[in-house]
Amino acid sequence: MATDIAEFIAPTDLSHALDILAQGRHTILAGGTDFYPARVGRPLTEPVIDITGIDGLRGINRVEGFHRIGTLTTWSDLITTELPPGFDGLKMAAGQIGGIQIQNVGTIGGNLCNASPAADGIPPLLALDASVELASPAGTRVVALEEFLTGYRSTSRQPGELLTAVLVPEEFDDATSSFWKLGSRAYLVISVAMVAATIVCDADGTIETARVAIGACSPVAKRLHALEADLAGRHGDAADAVTVEHLADLSPIDDIRAGVDERRNAALHLVRRTVASCLS
Amino acid sequence: MSRIEFTVNGAAVGVDGPHLRRLSDVLRLDLGMTGTKVGCDAGDCGACSVLLDDELVCACLVPLGRLAGKHVVTVEGLGDDDDLSRLQRSFLHHGAAQCGICTPGMVVAAEALLARVPHPGEKEVEDALGGVLCRCTGYRKIVDAVMGAPDFDLAGASPAPGKAIGQRVERVDGVPKVTGRDIFGDDQTPDDSLVLKVIRSPHHRATFQFGDLERFIVDHPGIEAVLTASDVPGRNRFGVIPATADQPVFAEHETRFRGEAVALVAGDKGSMEALDLESFPVAWTELAPITDPETAMADGVHLIHQSRERNVLVRGLVRRGDVDAAFANADTVVESEYATAFVEHAYIEPEAGSARRDGDRITIQVTTQTPHMDRTEVAAILDIDAGAVRIIPTAVGGGFGSKLDMSVQPFLAIAAWKLGKPVRITYTRPESMMSTTKRHPSRLRARIAARSNGELLAMEFFGTFDTGAYASWGPTVANRAPVHAGGPYVYEAYHAETMAVHTNSPPSGAFRGFGVPQSAVCQESLFDELADAVGIDRLQFRIRNSLTAGEPTVTGQVFESGVGFRECLEALQPGWERARAENAIYNATSPTTRRGVGVAGMWYGCGNTALPNPSTMKVGLHREGRIVLFQGAVDIGQGANTAMTQICADALGMDMASISLVGADTETTPDAGKTSASRQTFVSGNATFEASRRLRVQLLAMGDASDDAYLELSGNRLVIHDQGASTVLVLPDLAADQDGFVALTEATFDPPTTPLDEFGQGEPYAVFGFGAQMAELEIDLELGTVRLRRITAAHDVGKAVNPTLVEGQIEGGIAQGIGMALMEEYVPGRNENLHDYLIPTFGDVPEIVTILIESNDPIGPYGAKGIGEHTLIPTAPAILNAIRDAAGAPVRALPATPARVLDAIRRGLVS
Repeated sequence: MATDIAEFIAPTDLSHALDILAQGRHTILAGGTDFYPARVGRPLTEPVIDITGIDGLRGINRVEGFHRIGTLTTWSDLITTELPPGFDGLKMAAGQIGGIQIQNVGTIGGNLCNASPAADGIPPLLALDASVELASPAGTRVVALEEFLTGYRSTSRQPGELLTAVLVPEEFDDATSSFWKLGSRAYLVISVAMVAATIVCDADGTIETARVAIGACSPVAKRLHALEADLAGRHGDAADAVTVEHLADLSPIDDIRAGVDERRNAALHLVRRTVASCLS
Repeated sequence: MSRIEFTVNGAAVGVDGPHLRRLSDVLRLDLGMTGTKVGCDAGDCGACSVLLDDELVCACLVPLGRLAGKHVVTVEGLGDDDDLSRLQRSFLHHGAAQCGICTPGMVVAAEALLARVPHPGEKEVEDALGGVLCRCTGYRKIVDAVMGAPDFDLAGASPAPGKAIGQRVERVDGVPKVTGRDIFGDDQTPDDSLVLKVIRSPHHRATFQFGDLERFIVDHPGIEAVLTASDVPGRNRFGVIPATADQPVFAEHETRFRGEAVALVAGDKGSMEALDLESFPVAWTELAPITDPETAMADGVHLIHQSRERNVLVRGLVRRGDVDAAFANADTVVESEYATAFVEHAYIEPEAGSARRDGDRITIQVTTQTPHMDRTEVAAILDIDAGAVRIIPTAVGGGFGSKLDMSVQPFLAIAAWKLGKPVRITYTRPESMMSTTKRHPSRLRARIAARSNGELLAMEFFGTFDTGAYASWGPTVANRAPVHAGGPYVYEAYHAETMAVHTNSPPSGAFRGFGVPQSAVCQESLFDELADAVGIDRLQFRIRNSLTAGEPTVTGQVFESGVGFRECLEALQPGWERARAENAIYNATSPTTRRGVGVAGMWYGCGNTALPNPSTMKVGLHREGRIVLFQGAVDIGQGANTAMTQICADALGMDMASISLVGADTETTPDAGKTSASRQTFVSGNATFEASRRLRVQLLAMGDASDDAYLELSGNRLVIHDQGASTVLVLPDLAADQDGFVALTEATFDPPTTPLDEFGQGEPYAVFGFGAQMAELEIDLELGTVRLRRITAAHDVGKAVNPTLVEGQIEGGIAQGIGMALMEEYVPGRNENLHDYLIPTFGDVPEIVTILIESNDPIGPYGAKGIGEHTLIPTAPAILNAIRDAAGAPVRALPATPARVLDAIRRGLVS
């Protein structure tokens, strides 16, 4: 009815929030950077749970071999928090998500749950072997990010679950990492394609492990496992090893931002540049 | 829901209502603080930027329910009209605010930066303000203003009496723009107004059937009425050109484009906020649309308007000399085809306004470029006398041509008239984008011939313009383009033909240049190929063939003076030679990037094409001791208020501070004509000059003084200083009219033009402005991206009435030209928002070097010409030519996306 007033609940503790979510009626609201744009010119009448007031869900700390990034951690938080070099790629991505206005409110948890193929936060986290922590009244489970993202704007989060944190293993702390994004203007641009890489080298500069992920070129951002295997053991010229075959699994689409061929071409060169910048 | 208590600018406030409401709406609608502007409701434009607990946020993304105990700072808290901050004064001084709609967001974002970084560098400013879009300024003056703010201590210098022309005077209407107190379309309406929303076609072409409208109203308490075509009191048809007016306020049987209106819903504010338009009872039957002119003209295709054969709205022609002979005699001919896209105006202020009926009269306050035309059209729609309609333009948050057509006006008029209550409406961003006019997409084909010595011989041009579902300014584009398609060059023979063709797309209308930016892409691109083919330097080729005084144009018009085109080209020469030399060195060693430089010329006739185009201005001396200029030339950010004041001051021989402005308002100001076709400085400026001169003559007569005298207002006295003596007139002692004016004069100026004959020959414009721009850029050979490095713009403005304002027009036009060249393509139904439709941001507009050429026009006021549209025209072709220079092959379709640039690079490598 025209005079409906939306239910708006803003719990301050997690268990209360999980009880509400268990009802299965509420849309979760965090930074609002996806919520409000999807409702331009439309009535704001759905039941909403605002999770931004919940204690303990914002900020980064170390827990048992992991960096635990609270789900409400904003892009600005990531940029201004001192973190090991392995996070440089994630920080570079954070600095290119919208303007400062968006970075100040957009959250890492929201970016993952919204699961846009063009989410800039996802490739760097894939390249860091991140996993996510999901809480429900039944308890907490941890799922690898690669498994959490199940398709175009879909995740394995169950209706009653709340993504509470992102976990990044400490093993990449001393890695070099980077992020490259192609868009059609300088600021406020949704990616045509973007690539993140995390590379660990031994003392001689030989690649021990490499993680490379690419977004906006498939329904879900992808790790390039075959390329990662081929990079291991290579040196400073590793970028030359990147070939179109490594990108064979991508399924870029033709949309308002770019065509299929442009995306494939961009993917190849962005991967090469990202790998090269990790090694430079 | 419980009351939420927080502070705004330090003051405690409590707000009731749904907690999911946007902070931007709470500030504007509940607290009446309209300094925070709304451009998109989606976090894309940054106009609503505020500080929330010292952090910069978009107020449109923050729910009311989150604000308890928080501190909000808006532009209203950062300085007052009589107590401006350094930053605000720096904005005024640098000309960083034009229309002013983005300025509050810019000011808030800049203060957030300055609190963190007291003396920011250029990159820091760009990063910090990059989340706010501006469509007017081209950003460079904003960067200058922010960097200059910390040490800003200049007092606003006021020119000496009679010496205002040519001075960098601050905008006379600038203060409310930097404080957020300017009143735009959505900023002032009574609280009890009914809110209107429009039901629009979701399909490019469809028929429709309403369901039970009575039931819908009954089922929705608070909804007062649904109005459709049958409720239009007068003519359900409007259009900017009477002969082709064809657009219904509400479609009657078939909708002809996505976004066309079929009904409006009126209701109280709360009910309308909660109304889901999807619930409106209408059933659509989608029909196959025509999406391109080629299809539209094919055999057997349905006619969008029955009377227009092959869907052709109008054709244009200019022909001069023996074209066939000229091509037969040519040593070299180049030929090609170009395509340009729909371009959206993307002003940050969506269409908005309010209306109320008082007895048999109606008043509409609306964001518009053309109040008097609105008045005529509204009167026809309501079937009332035009004298019963009053249009009061609000501040206009960007127009660029689209606000020459009516948008919200008919809905406001019909609803206020039928319902007898005050009404208001504001378009959403998607609604604004889908339903208002666009730049005409075009297909342009030309061949151009030259002699082997580089002498230009002839051009043949065919332009097809997609004019969309309704006529709008299609005839204007089709008539202007053939006059301009050859550029400001001398031809022995010339043939240019155009067509405006209907499709089931949004109406194409006026957009900065009326078709000339499109035709310039074709001609200036081909010029580079022609220069290369005859083996002459590309700039030299243009200089050699440039139009000069005394030479006939392609319509046979001859200007004996005021043709400064060659000077514009020559001004670029040192930079051109430097860039060519530098690029050769750079490109010899750069593996993945390559640099290029491109140049393009332009001309543009100010005012209507071969049609009357008068402006009337009125100025008087009020007994209270002020000069009042009744200024009806709508200032949409370009600076008419300031330029007219400067002209008035100098024509009177008085101080600018003596002059106050009234208007624009159809009730109080004479018709100054529309703010379009770069005509206000030239046409209205002349009317202002003449009216002011006449007033001066009257005032001198009162003091029996000579024309050497200068005039001074001191309280309610007029002091006339003449030949060492002073005469003091005590104004309250003099006879005055009922409004208190002791002297009042009016003057009309209509630029001298002649009609064009069947071959387009005649004198279509009283003056042309000329210009040339040079773009320096770098392309990424792997990704196809383009990075602009510098744009140098030389424009013959006749006389720069206010160099800061002129630079503002140049930089802003260039920014829009950059968008047209590199990123802007509106696709109906696919990018009706400001994150999928991309306009340039802070980082996309490079350094701009402006060179002003003053050719002293013989007719313009103090020699001035128009400049508004001229500045956009050469930008895209200069960029395209620079891309070709770098890539080795041309891009022939706009925008030059990375895919198209890569394609050019591949073709260039092959050759």
